Amino acid sequence: MNIYSYTFRRLLYVIPVVLGVSLIIFVLFNLVAGDPTAILLGKHASASQMAELRHELGLDRPWLAQYFDVVRSAFTFDFGRSWSTKQEIFEMIKAGAIPSLTLSFPAFFLSTVLAIIVSLFVSFYRGGVVDRLVVFVCVALMSISSLAYILFGQWFLAYYLGLFEISGYESGFPYFIPYVLLPIIIWMVLSVGPDVRFYRTVVLDEIYQDYVRTARSKGLSERVILFKHVLKNAMIPIITYVLIKIPFLILGALLLESFFSIPGLGSITLNAINGSDFPVIKAMTILSSIAYILFSVFTDVMYCLVDPRVRLK
Amino acid sequence: MSSANAPQMSKSLWRHALDSLKKDRYAMIALAVVLLYTLIALLSSIGVLGANWSQEVGASYAAPDMNNIFGTDIFGRSVLEKTIKGTEVAMSVGLVVALIAIAIGVVVGAIAGYFGGLIDELIVWFYTTFSSIPGIMLLVAITLIMGKGIIAVYLALGLTSWVQLARLIRGEVIKHKDREYVQAASAIGSSHFRKLFIHIIPNVMHIVIINFSLQFQFAIKSEVILSYLGLGVQGQPSWGTMIDDAKLELARGVWWQLAAATFAMFGVVLAFNILGDALRDALDPKLKGK
Repeated sequence: MNIYSYTFRRLLYVIPVVLGVSLIIFVLFNLVAGDPTAILLGKHASASQMAELRHELGLDRPWLAQYFDVVRSAFTFDFGRSWSTKQEIFEMIKAGAIPSLTLSFPAFFLSTVLAIIVSLFVSFYRGGVVDRLVVFVCVALMSISSLAYILFGQWFLAYYLGLFEISGYESGFPYFIPYVLLPIIIWMVLSVGPDVRFYRTVVLDEIYQDYVRTARSKGLSERVILFKHVLKNAMIPIITYVLIKIPFLILGALLLESFFSIPGLGSITLNAINGSDFPVIKAMTILSSIAYILFSVFTDVMYCLVDPRVRLK
Repeated sequence: MSSANAPQMSKSLWRHALDSLKKDRYAMIALAVVLLYTLIALLSSIGVLGANWSQEVGASYAAPDMNNIFGTDIFGRSVLEKTIKGTEVAMSVGLVVALIAIAIGVVVGAIAGYFGGLIDELIVWFYTTFSSIPGIMLLVAITLIMGKGIIAVYLALGLTSWVQLARLIRGEVIKHKDREYVQAASAIGSSHFRKLFIHIIPNVMHIVIINFSLQFQFAIKSEVILSYLGLGVQGQPSWGTMIDDAKLELARGVWWQLAAATFAMFGVVLAFNILGDALRDALDPKLKGK
């Protein structure tokens, strides 16, 4: 099987998964989540008011028609309007994407580069005091609640020391930069622990391979081995790890965006959750699921392309 | 796990693992910390510790002093008592969530791997679908259905964190199902159920144990996020609600509730992380020495 038919087959598999995601969303939010009109109208709504709203929102239509709506929205991206703001959801998402990306893209890029450098550095001193200390610090960093980092960072660094903006956002380059600096730093602190641990394992996996021993016996310096030989081979799992995380950038950093009042997709999602705005929740769920599925196909195909040992079947 | 009547030529995997764990000083300290937290949680659940958490012991937001070493909260309740009482919630969330996730993950993964074919395709389709939905959306949906409270927290976290384990178990069972010991079991007429759950599962149990300590600490951390979303434990102090309260307290300079809950959580999560790593080193010989 060549790479084209493999890609095609993997892409075909996206269809049943999207149908499944739509089914789960439909079951959770249309069938069993309880009557949203009761949440939207409050405690003192009359039965006729609720019936009217149900009709308006299309909730009295047959289940099959409602399921079909969910499936269709997954392919047309026409998610209807928000229940609370009455805006077109697609327009909301377009408006929220840029602020999210101004935070998540630089944060993701910087934390990945930092983690790879640190992991190469500790692999150089593997088994020594530096290595053990870095690994311990990583585990310790991972053992603190993400909410605690955000609260402490915002209070101590922004409010108490006044080093950063406490919250808010201004669109357009370079005006957004002061507002995303602290969220980016907190993001890096949050991800450096798991990332360094993963990359370190990847690099150490390579270091015990035969080709490294050969390189060493040729008399190459440890630095050349690490950066030229090991890094090249370690790139395969590193690329996989990086690619599969990209779809999660779409939802943005929910907590960071909401604490720092960045009007991105994460804030939109959290507001929708707090206000039981089902169409927005459903739209964000569908979008991030599709992104995840497509990126996992892309990752698999990339994997085959960069590693000739992977056999297609 | 080694049977007593079989001639013991060499030490079993479990014996080896136990021996190497005993030699690992950090793992032993971590285990002691976990046992200490468990003891506090048990004593709190029978009312020996933390029973007075709801009583007013001082002024509102009194700073830490000799009487209340962790200070008081908005209602003048002792933060120390609340932290102790919160241990009960944290440990029970960790345990129940890990057990739910393991039960689903092992059964689903084992059935997919063992039977293969259409059953496997269906299960893989299901968990691929399920795992492509962001966890937070599933958590919200489940709490919408279940209502709020500790049962909803158990189920929401348990039902959303089994996929990773199911994948691992499926892969491992596929490796094992054609091995000789399974063929031998077939030859003496064992049923599928017996072959799978009596013969194969004990041989993949090490994955479950490593996973357990990861799930445990992950659940404790996730409880904080649920509390922030307003979906956490009600009517009883938890570290999640204490940390969440801090978002209104910090601007007034009240840092002790955040500090107490964060430190309490740090201790047990760190211990589980260290224990998990040690268990992986001890039980997964492929990774030894890395």
